[in-house]
Amino acid sequence: MTKVLVVTSGKGGVGKTTSTAALGAALAQTGQNVVVVDFDVGLRNLDLVLGAERRVVYDLINVVQGEAKLAQALIRDKRIETLSLLPASQTRDKDALTEEGVDRVISELREKFDWIICDSPAGIERGPTLAMRHADVAVVVTNPEVSSVRDSDRIIGVLDSKTLKAEKGEHVEKHLLLTRYDVTRAERGEMLKVEDVLEILSIPLIGIIPESDEVLRASNLGTPVTISNPTSAPARAYADAARRLRGETVEITIPSDKKGLFNKLFGRRAA
Amino acid sequence: MTQTATPPAAQPGQAKRPTIRFRGRSFLALLLSPEAPLDIWFEELTSLIDRSPGFFGARAVILDVSGLDIDRQGLIDLLAQLGERRIQVMGIEGAKETWLGPGFPPLVRGGKQVNEVDVPVPAAKADDGSATQPAPAQNASGQGNSEQGTGTQDASAQQSQPAPISIPAETTRPSLIIEQPVRSGQSVTFPQGDVTIIGSVASGSEVIAGGSIHIYGALRGRALAGCAGHASARIFCNKLEAELVAIDGLYKTAEALDDNYRGQAVQIWLEGDAIKIAPIN
Repeated sequence: MTKVLVVTSGKGGVGKTTSTAALGAALAQTGQNVVVVDFDVGLRNLDLVLGAERRVVYDLINVVQGEAKLAQALIRDKRIETLSLLPASQTRDKDALTEEGVDRVISELREKFDWIICDSPAGIERGPTLAMRHADVAVVVTNPEVSSVRDSDRIIGVLDSKTLKAEKGEHVEKHLLLTRYDVTRAERGEMLKVEDVLEILSIPLIGIIPESDEVLRASNLGTPVTISNPTSAPARAYADAARRLRGETVEITIPSDKKGLFNKLFGRRAA
Repeated sequence: MTQTATPPAAQPGQAKRPTIRFRGRSFLALLLSPEAPLDIWFEELTSLIDRSPGFFGARAVILDVSGLDIDRQGLIDLLAQLGERRIQVMGIEGAKETWLGPGFPPLVRGGKQVNEVDVPVPAAKADDGSATQPAPAQNASGQGNSEQGTGTQDASAQQSQPAPISIPAETTRPSLIIEQPVRSGQSVTFPQGDVTIIGSVASGSEVIAGGSIHIYGALRGRALAGCAGHASARIFCNKLEAELVAIDGLYKTAEALDDNYRGQAVQIWLEGDAIKIAPIN
C-alpha cells in the first residue's frame, strides 16, 4: 500500500528539502519505489539537492494543469533507479496549484510508487496545506531552538485540522525529525535538548540528525547525504529514520563521526 | 522598564493608579417588537400597561423594529409614543445605522433568545393577545392558558412591582474537556463554563473560559478564566510557564509573574484586584 508522507515544519530553513532528499534516497536504497514531489512552487530546490536541475522539462504545475502527462514530468534518479523526482515550477506561484489537480496527481502517483514524499514549502497557508492534504504520515522537521519548535507546534495543529484524514476524523501519523542537533551545545544549554523538544511537541521521535558539514557538502554536490557518504553520521541517522518509517524498531541514537584523539583535541573549529 | 503607561493590574511596587477594567457581561433585556398596524399594536400595549402599570417600570427594554416598514421619522414617532407610556428604550435592533445619532438609544445586534417572559394574561383577550407580547418567538406556548381567571387576579395582585423575569435555572454548569494538547496558534473559547485540558497549552495558543481552566500539562500560552465576569474562577495547571494569565479581566504577563512559581504546579485566583498564585501538590 502506498504511503503519502509530507515533510513539513512551518518554519523555513530547518532542513525540509535536505531531509526529503535524504529520506527519499534512504527509502529507495532499501528497494522501495519512491517519488519525491517538490511542492515549493516558485522556490524549487529539491531538483538541485538531488542533482537533477539540468534534466527538468515538465513540472508539477504542468501536470496539475493538464499540460503534460505525469510520465513526462517524472525524473528518474541516475544513481538509485527506484527514486524519482516530480519537480516544482520555478516560474509560477502557488496559486497555480489547484486542489483537484493535486488530488489527481497524487492518485496517479499512488498507482506507481510505494512512497510519495511531499516536500512542503514553509508557512501555514495554501502551499503547505496542499502539500499535506493527502498525507498519511507527516515528518515534522524541527531545529532545537524555540522559534522552530513553536512553528512546528503550529504546523502539527494544522496537520490535525486541514488534511483529508483530519476531515474524515482520522489522524495523520506524526513524527518528529530533529535536525542540526549538536550534543555539546545542547549539554551547554546553548540549544534545546531532545527531551525539551519532545516535551513541548509531544509527538514520537523518528530520528535525530546531528549537525554536520557533510549535509551542506552533499547539498552543494547535488547528492543526498545517504548516497554521497553513507557511513557519515547524518547519513546513518537518516537511514535509521527511514527504517523506522518502514515500521522497524531501531533504537534512537545520536550518531557521531568518530574522531581520533588528535582530532578531538585539535579538530574543534573556532565557533 | 517603560511599562508605566499601561501597568498590568495589581503590580506591586508601582505607584497606585486606578485600574480600568473592560469586561463583557450579558444581561437580560426585554425585547419589544411592534407589529403593523401600529395603532392596534399600541392599543394592545396601552391595555397591557393599564392592567399592569409596573410591567415596564424597571426593565431594560430593547426595541426591535426589524419587522416594521418604517423610516427614520417613523422611528422617532415610535420612540415618542413609547416614551409617553413611560417605556424607556435602551437599545434598538434592526434599525439603519444612519438613522441613529445623538439622543437615540444605541444600535444593538447579535442578541440571543433566552426565554419567554410571563406577560400578565388578559382575561378577555387571551387569543389575540399575542401582539402585546414582548418576545416575538413565544406565541406558541404562552397562550394556552386554561386558567385565565385566576391568572388575571394573580397578575393584577403583583402589578405594583415589576414581575420577576424567570431564567431557567441551569442546574449544572457546562464544561468542555479537550483530550489533546492545544497547539500554537489554536484558540479554545468556551464562555459557558469550565475548560479542562488533558495535555499542554502551547506557547502562542490561548484558552478562554467563562469559568475555571484546568490544565493537566504545562501552561505555556495564555489562559483567560472567568471571561464573562466570574471573579471566583481559577486557573490550575501542572506546570506554569504561561505567557499571560487573566481572571475576570485582570491579567498578568509572564514578566509580572513571580519566577518562584515558574515550572511548578499552581493554582491562580483573584483576591480583590490582585492575582494570587500558590503551588498545589
